[in-house]
Amino acid sequence: MSYIAKPKFHHPKLPRNDLGLTRRDYEGSMSTLCAGCGHDSVSAAIVEACFELNLPAHKVAKMSGIGCSSKTPTYFLSKSHGFNSVHGRMPSIATGANVANNELKYIGVSGDGDTASIGFGQFAHAVRRQVDMLYIVENNGTYGLTKGQFSATNDRESVGRKGQENAFECIDLAAMAIQLGASFVGRGFSGDKDQLVPMIKAAISHKGFAFIDVISPCVTFNNHVGSTKSFEFVRDNEHTVTATDYVPTKEEIKIEYETGTTIDVMLHDDSHVRLRKLDADYNPSDAAAAMQHIMRYQEQGEIATGLLYLNVNDTELKEKMNLVDAPLNALPFSQLRPGADALEKINNSLR
Amino acid sequence: MKINDFVIKFANVNGSGSASANSLFAKAVFRMGVPVAPKNIFPSNIQGLPTWFEVRVNGDGFLGRREGIDVMVAMNPQSWADDLASIVTGGYLLYDSTFIREIERDDIKTIGVPLTKLCNERFTVPRERQLFKNVAYVGALTALLDMDFEVVKGMVSEQFKGKEKLIEPNIDALELGRQYSLEHFDCPLDVRVQASDAVGDQILMEGNAAVGLGCVYAGATVAAWYPITPSTSVAEAFDMYCHKLRVDKETGKKKFAVIQAEDELAAIGMVIGANWNGARAFTATSGPGISLMSEFLGLAYFAEVPAVLVNIQRGGPSTGMPTRTQQSDITACAYASHGDTKHVLLFPSNPSEAFNFAMESFDLAERLQTPIILMSDLDLGMNEWTTSPLKIDESKDWDRGKVLDAEELNNVEKFGRYLDVDGDGIPYRTYPGTHPDKGAFFTRGTSHNEYAGYTEDGSVNVRVMERLLKKFNTAKTLVPKPVFGQLSQSSTMGLVYFGTTDIAIPETMNLLNSRGIQLDTMRIRAFPFCEDVVNFINDHEQVFLVEQNRDGQMRSLLISECEIDPAKIVPILNYDGFPITATCIADMVSKLLGKQMSGADAGNFAAE
Repeated sequence: MSYIAKPKFHHPKLPRNDLGLTRRDYEGSMSTLCAGCGHDSVSAAIVEACFELNLPAHKVAKMSGIGCSSKTPTYFLSKSHGFNSVHGRMPSIATGANVANNELKYIGVSGDGDTASIGFGQFAHAVRRQVDMLYIVENNGTYGLTKGQFSATNDRESVGRKGQENAFECIDLAAMAIQLGASFVGRGFSGDKDQLVPMIKAAISHKGFAFIDVISPCVTFNNHVGSTKSFEFVRDNEHTVTATDYVPTKEEIKIEYETGTTIDVMLHDDSHVRLRKLDADYNPSDAAAAMQHIMRYQEQGEIATGLLYLNVNDTELKEKMNLVDAPLNALPFSQLRPGADALEKINNSLR
Repeated sequence: MKINDFVIKFANVNGSGSASANSLFAKAVFRMGVPVAPKNIFPSNIQGLPTWFEVRVNGDGFLGRREGIDVMVAMNPQSWADDLASIVTGGYLLYDSTFIREIERDDIKTIGVPLTKLCNERFTVPRERQLFKNVAYVGALTALLDMDFEVVKGMVSEQFKGKEKLIEPNIDALELGRQYSLEHFDCPLDVRVQASDAVGDQILMEGNAAVGLGCVYAGATVAAWYPITPSTSVAEAFDMYCHKLRVDKETGKKKFAVIQAEDELAAIGMVIGANWNGARAFTATSGPGISLMSEFLGLAYFAEVPAVLVNIQRGGPSTGMPTRTQQSDITACAYASHGDTKHVLLFPSNPSEAFNFAMESFDLAERLQTPIILMSDLDLGMNEWTTSPLKIDESKDWDRGKVLDAEELNNVEKFGRYLDVDGDGIPYRTYPGTHPDKGAFFTRGTSHNEYAGYTEDGSVNVRVMERLLKKFNTAKTLVPKPVFGQLSQSSTMGLVYFGTTDIAIPETMNLLNSRGIQLDTMRIRAFPFCEDVVNFINDHEQVFLVEQNRDGQMRSLLISECEIDPAKIVPILNYDGFPITATCIADMVSKLLGKQMSGADAGNFAAE
């Protein structure tokens, strides 16, 4: 099965963004995933977020590993360069690309197998280095392409398609990301676009490692009764702790909420995130408290969603490494190659 | 009398501070204008195990390793017996006579200097007493070997420039050993260093430093690596030279990024990511790292992303002998990764060439859009070599290969990332972010068509694979050509070699000539093999191929890639972890030709 190109014609009255582009300009080729796959909703949310952010698509780079989720970068932003790397190794490709040129926006899409198992090490190190990127895990708790084996994000009591019980502890990637020092950590549900789109917009605008764990049910292999990653289970047990409003630079925050229930955070590009605290005692700037909150919900069999942790004060990789402002890939020959005189000095020091 | 022709060996305990004293000795001989080849023979350990430093001093520039020690400085009781046994008849043993040692050989001359006693009397701090023993034996050697004391003193002053307090005690320690020797022995001995101009304008440099500096001059901006002996000092040299040459003077910010990755997989991944984005990036590793990087190397080959990988080969298999040298990663690198995958390899022979090849690797990687593996080894990487000065051609720009910019994309009707537009198998690439509407493509390790789209159409995949082969054939015309040992064919037999074996060849030819054996020589410098390589072998009835591995890996490569009759290539193999010696090569060739052997111990012989 080859990839299918989408026809490019569209209705002349489709809404356009500030760049004069329509949503269609942010789409990719036709998805080849199963009908109803949660991942397609995530792709649609990315398209919507990029459209609303007025992002020039060619200034975005799409990165992925291997698996159903990692196929999805073909299904959005066809005008962006993409890099579908090897299994579990997207973080290192993204790190190298980012160091070479951090003027691009990097959107990495991975899955629970790609991130929580084979790529766990690389994921951890990309987080702790604060690579400036959005890293989305489309988390369905199963290996889809190989037909339904358990993944490491499956809950302990979750039951497989053939009735087998998962005996092992689950890896909560959002909690891991907070622990490892990510500066933006959210959790969403592919079935809740209203929550996901503003969170993706905020994550793209955020400078530093932004992680979103999106529970994205697998309709074919992990959507049965007994699975804790099924549409029905997630819909019933999702507990939104914060609601995110994303406010672009030029717009003012208009809606007023009751004092003490919202937190406004200014991002590096002067846009704002307004967090509405749905849990009154939730403090998304306190990493330890956020972890505790996530774990408490997990103990109750519930899934905490929303923007879970945000820290706009940490530096990202390029700053940590003290690199020059211009991207390394744009430095000219004259600045990179020392001359023959310098070489002669080195020769002399070796005599 | 041995003037400017001897091997001196220092037997020490590692972690005792002997390294700087020993290199001071080697550098002093070099400063006197006499070619030297110092070799570190060290354990995979930090403190307490035996370590040796061997220096071959040779006025004729025969600087390959040579068996038989003329002067042994035996400072380690653990290795005493073996150290004594390695001294040639009539050779010298210099030892610390503070302690009573049993010397069971009466065919060698002994020189006892009470180094511990002298240093304990002169110095009070325990660490100083220990360190200055090493300096004191260098002082003794200046008298015994007739070295220019002013040169040595000058070097100490240079070494501690800025830490003047250290100069005086170091010179005191030198004097302790020197004066004792002058008073107690008939100095100089019949083994001597005599000032010469044989060094000329050459420099003394480690191969790893040369590679690191080559990467700076190549314009590499990203180095991602994972620590592994013996390649660590490549990344460290790059970092060191970059700090000197690539920091923005006004802001103090860096025009380079050195990332210590979490493992070798991530290191090569970062290199591929950075190169994909148009920055020149490299990694350095050794055998175990090559195994780990293989999957990514396959991706870079198939997705056609440039990458430069420096492999400082060490003793294998598995963890093997991490601190010994070999040329045993040739097949692993040539065919690294699953599926039909082949890589371009370069084989430098000395630091100066390693510097040039490091620069050339980036041009080739970008021209060919594929990984280039620079095949150095521990002997070249971690030892200082007497080598020609480093040079660059200032008029030459880099070759960034086929990259389309926004303007060029405007003139392209439909961009196809993997289209063979020029018929050389090399397609055009674009960097991310170049053009709002054109030139974007999806880099993938899955089978793809000429437009980078996923395909499961077998015939398309065959087309892509054939083009990759065509590109590999193009590589044959671009890689460094072999170096021949004669202008016109003078023998029906040839000697083929590559890499660090080169240093033993002038002496090998000398030995063979003295036995009446004439051979034409060829030094292979790259894989894939160009036409010249094949022609040389075809033009000779038989060739001997010298390799520092067990399985004759280069031989296999020649046989399978060039369809050469296996009987034609006779392997000469050495893989004991020590650099191959001229005697070893000459004796094996002589033996195979049925000539008289020299009788000397030729080291490790391969199966006949």
